Amino acid sequence: MSQAVPYSAQFINLFASVILLLAFAMLAQRRVLPLINLFAYQGFVLAVSTAAVAYMTRQHHLYWSAGLTLGLKALLLPWILHRLVRRLHVKWDIESLIAIPTTMLVGIGLVIIAFNVALPISQLSSTITRGTLGIALASVMLSFLMMITRTKAVPQVVGFLAMENGLFLAATSATYGMPMVVELGIALDVLVGAIILGVFFFQIREQFDSLDIRNMEKLKDS
Amino acid sequence: MNVTGFLAQLFAIALALFLAPLLTGWVNMCRAWLQNRTAPPLLQQYYMLHKLFNKDVVLAHGASSLFRTAPFIVFGCMVLACAIVPTLSTDLPFAPAADTIALVGVFGLARIFISLAAMDVGTSFGTLGGRREMLVGFLAEPALLMVIFTTALISQSTSVATIVETLARREFAVYPSLAFAGVAFTFVSLAENARVPVDNPATHLELTMIHEAMILEYSGRHLALIEWASSLKLYAYSCLGLALFFPWGVAAGDSFPALVASIPALLFKLTIGGATLAAIETVNAKMRIFRAPEFLGTAFLLAVLGLLVRLLLETRV
Amino acid sequence: MPALLSLDVLLIAALAWFAVGLAGLLAPRNTGFIAKILFPIGALVGAIAGATALRFLGDSPQVAVLAIGLPDLPFHLRLDNLTAVFAILLGFVSVGISVFAAGYFRHGEGTAPGLLCFEYHLFLASMLMVLLADDGYAFMVAWESMALSSFFLVTTDHRHAEIRRAGYLYLLIAHVGAIAILLSFGVMTKGSGDYSFDGMRAQQLSPFWSSAAFLLALFGFGAKAGLLPVHVWLPEAHPAAPSPVSAMMSGVMLKTAIYGLLRVSFDLIGTTIWWWGVVALLVGLATAAFGVLYSTVQSDMKRLLAYSSIENIGLIAVAIGLTLIFHAYKMDGLAALAMTAALYHCLAHSGFKSLLFLATGSVLHATKERSLGKLGGPIHRMPWVAWLALTGVIAGAGLPPLSGFVSEWLLLQGFLFSPGLPHPWLNMIVPVGAALVALVAALAGFAMVKFFGIIFLGQMREENLKDAHDAGWWERAGLAWLGLITVLLGVLPTTAISHINAATHQLLGVGLGERLAAQGWWMLAPISPGRASYEPVIFLCVIAASVLLGRWLVRRLYHGRVRRTQAWDCGYWFQGPRAQDTAEGFSQPIRRIFEPMFRMERHFPGVRDEKPYYSVKVEDHFWHWLYLPIAKLAGGVSTLIIRLQGGRIAIYLLYSFLTLILLLLVARPT
Repeated sequence: MSQAVPYSAQFINLFASVILLLAFAMLAQRRVLPLINLFAYQGFVLAVSTAAVAYMTRQHHLYWSAGLTLGLKALLLPWILHRLVRRLHVKWDIESLIAIPTTMLVGIGLVIIAFNVALPISQLSSTITRGTLGIALASVMLSFLMMITRTKAVPQVVGFLAMENGLFLAATSATYGMPMVVELGIALDVLVGAIILGVFFFQIREQFDSLDIRNMEKLKDS
Repeated sequence: MNVTGFLAQLFAIALALFLAPLLTGWVNMCRAWLQNRTAPPLLQQYYMLHKLFNKDVVLAHGASSLFRTAPFIVFGCMVLACAIVPTLSTDLPFAPAADTIALVGVFGLARIFISLAAMDVGTSFGTLGGRREMLVGFLAEPALLMVIFTTALISQSTSVATIVETLARREFAVYPSLAFAGVAFTFVSLAENARVPVDNPATHLELTMIHEAMILEYSGRHLALIEWASSLKLYAYSCLGLALFFPWGVAAGDSFPALVASIPALLFKLTIGGATLAAIETVNAKMRIFRAPEFLGTAFLLAVLGLLVRLLLETRV
Repeated sequence: MPALLSLDVLLIAALAWFAVGLAGLLAPRNTGFIAKILFPIGALVGAIAGATALRFLGDSPQVAVLAIGLPDLPFHLRLDNLTAVFAILLGFVSVGISVFAAGYFRHGEGTAPGLLCFEYHLFLASMLMVLLADDGYAFMVAWESMALSSFFLVTTDHRHAEIRRAGYLYLLIAHVGAIAILLSFGVMTKGSGDYSFDGMRAQQLSPFWSSAAFLLALFGFGAKAGLLPVHVWLPEAHPAAPSPVSAMMSGVMLKTAIYGLLRVSFDLIGTTIWWWGVVALLVGLATAAFGVLYSTVQSDMKRLLAYSSIENIGLIAVAIGLTLIFHAYKMDGLAALAMTAALYHCLAHSGFKSLLFLATGSVLHATKERSLGKLGGPIHRMPWVAWLALTGVIAGAGLPPLSGFVSEWLLLQGFLFSPGLPHPWLNMIVPVGAALVALVAALAGFAMVKFFGIIFLGQMREENLKDAHDAGWWERAGLAWLGLITVLLGVLPTTAISHINAATHQLLGVGLGERLAAQGWWMLAPISPGRASYEPVIFLCVIAASVLLGRWLVRRLYHGRVRRTQAWDCGYWFQGPRAQDTAEGFSQPIRRIFEPMFRMERHFPGVRDEKPYYSVKVEDHFWHWLYLPIAKLAGGVSTLIIRLQGGRIAIYLLYSFLTLILLLLVARPT
């Protein structure tokens, strides 16, 4: 019962739930700019949650992770994306392959799967945050689903970045975070990835006059 | 059931009958302020009820006996709902008459009668309103039930009184699931009470109205009863929401001092709640009717997520 | 004189029904004799059967062996509590239907009334025998006579081609189902050749074979009950049959299939595996959702009710599935809760659905119309039928304080406990199933409002509706009886549960009754009063008191003046009956929201059309995904086989000869 869960863990659970909620909100969001904002919020909550874990477990390296997350995912990347969207004039550019309500139902199914898959793993773990592993996995899956169902490039990139958020949460909840070197490497990767994709967007736009990735289907040899 | 309990119950019902129009009046006042209008007096609803009761009933030629009975039944359902929801105390004799699931049933019964009454005269707007009301109803009910399930899982009970007892009188704990359920409940109660993102209580524009379309043909005392009933519904929903998510300050016994002592807490919570409702209504625009399924679908989704989060995070030993 | 056993009384009742039927054949054209004498006698027999079964409840089983039957295979009969519960249902519901039929068949439909009377009472008698049968043979004989007699009843109006088609479809699916049931019995005998139910109980089956038996039974009985995907006969047969017959089929016959499913899965097989429950639960959920969605978009009043029956059967299957899951995990208290929900829903549904079907019969007789688009306003001409139908509508929508709500409430309570299941996937998926049940219940409300609002309320859509007249006294009495059942089941759930408790006790070893009895008759609290409680009596009293008090006070403090004038309708000038929603218009939101669930053919009016019209035809996906491919396959195979048919006797003799030689070569003594 919940009395058995200490307060610190309760707050971490609360943050994790908010991250899950934001993942769903991103899945449901039709417009580009609010989507990027949601991503920024998710990064912010993730940073706060990491800081909370750091405070409660006295794992000081996690403060660095939290700071990194805050700077990179809540501020820098959303700013880059905002700029991109402005420059590309794709503010209203959004649509998805499957109707949103259907996507949401699939999302619920994914959450059930993720929770159940994560259950045995989290029982092995001894961290106080192990309960959130299921949520982390669910966030990864939901972001994946978002990448699958969207047809425009920017939401896909956001999905990709959100997936990294989920992975980060998983690492924090299962083992109190990855070694600093790995974390820095991933952060750099994400940053470079975002920049490359940004360049890529311009190329797609030059080529097709739109960011609809269904145009890419035409690129195959035939 | 003893006499004190029965009297306490009657007192709670009387208070509900008295406070409900006041709550509606308060929401209207706040809305007017937020929209930079001159606010109607707080007692406006009473004046209106009095005026309507005084007027003759003007019935359409095609109105049947059902049409004349329905306002009374709807009113009765809402009185019952207000008697079940623990407004002042959790220990009132009618509280076990229905748990939260049955409470959903009471609202459903009222909805069916008002929709049927809307179809009775056989006008275009009446049937339109009846159909839309049922549409909102069948979307809102599952979401509401899921909210109830989440709270019921926490307290191991569907009885409202027990839920309030559990949530208010145990040591403080953070329930993420309850947050989800709370947001979902807000969505549902906006839809159920014909509030702005779904319906607009102030509109008489033909194509956008739901609740108003159903009661177009009513007049005189019938209209007064229906208006009173919708105030009661808002009151019951507000009190249910307050009971589920802000359960503090509700008395445990049925003695009069305890009851009277819990009135300030209730008033305080209702004042804040009404102002919040007015704020939500002001910052949102009314949706197209076919966006309502998405809106309520989101509520349903949130409630289910709350349920799942509850199962994942909070039940493990 | 030795005291008659309850079993004997029931057997006599079955014989009496049979005799009443035969008496009808004596004077097949004498409508007065048949309607005013034979049908009331049939009703009396039903009352006796119901009362006997009611008195029997709680006793130990009674068995009998009949001398008739196949040589060396006498019919075994047995009366136990499960049988008794369903016999009560059959007896008491048939009272209402027979009384109604006494007034209804006055004109005589397509078939001669005497023949109809015979078929009807044979149908009743065979249903009772299905419940009493205690061996595979007796069961199948009764089952098949039930299917045949109901087939002839369905095709009463056999001059219409579509009715013959409906009857054919019904017979076909009934037989596919019967084969599955027979195979299930065969599996349960484990090849011992002992087809008595006692023999089947004694066999210990391996998990594989018991699963096979369960799945066959689920399919076979599901075909009779209308579970997905073998539900297609239901919406065809119900509208085709005369209303009392539809009422009987929907109210009672579908429940015999539920009886069979319960008998096989909880009594005969003897073991329970958890995934059976999951299968039943999923099939039930799919059936319920499908049924309710389609019932909301129908334009024919009986078809709407037929789909609504599918929905209710789905809910019963959900309850059975939940029972199986709980039972498999040895959570017997909860299993008893879910099974009570299933049995209660059987009782509730047979009451209100018969009521609604009979009400459509009255409307049909009074107006000659069954299409919703041509009705409207009979509440003015036939207030009795309308108000009694409203009782059924509220129960059908699953709303308090009537019967439909009690079972739904119990079912939801059962779902609420499913997170306690010791299985990591089930305890997350099953609660989400509750959401679907809630959606189904809410949509049922939509369908019922459509049913009542479009049929009984509003302006008359056709001129000839002005001549409609209220039903006669026989019909009113029948409707009122069923309405009474609906109200009583709604208001006194604890009393009713304490009766069906005996059946749950027999099947699960646990019942709800004892716990309920401790709390008093007015309170329904299946676990504990603090956990969840429902008191329909207080419920009803508070509503009634506020209605009466409100009315009195308003008149006392103000006045009771009423004026009549034209409808206001926002001042809109055109207020003819065509301005109202049609049946199609009313269900437009459903078609729009759940568009992928329907197969629709629509015609929209164009801007320049001389005579603009809109039409929509909603079809069942299953026809196109399942049945038509099967039919095509069967047709293809037949064209292949037809080549064998040369037409010359010598060729046919050659086939037989070759077969004989082949058999002689292959078959060896073992």
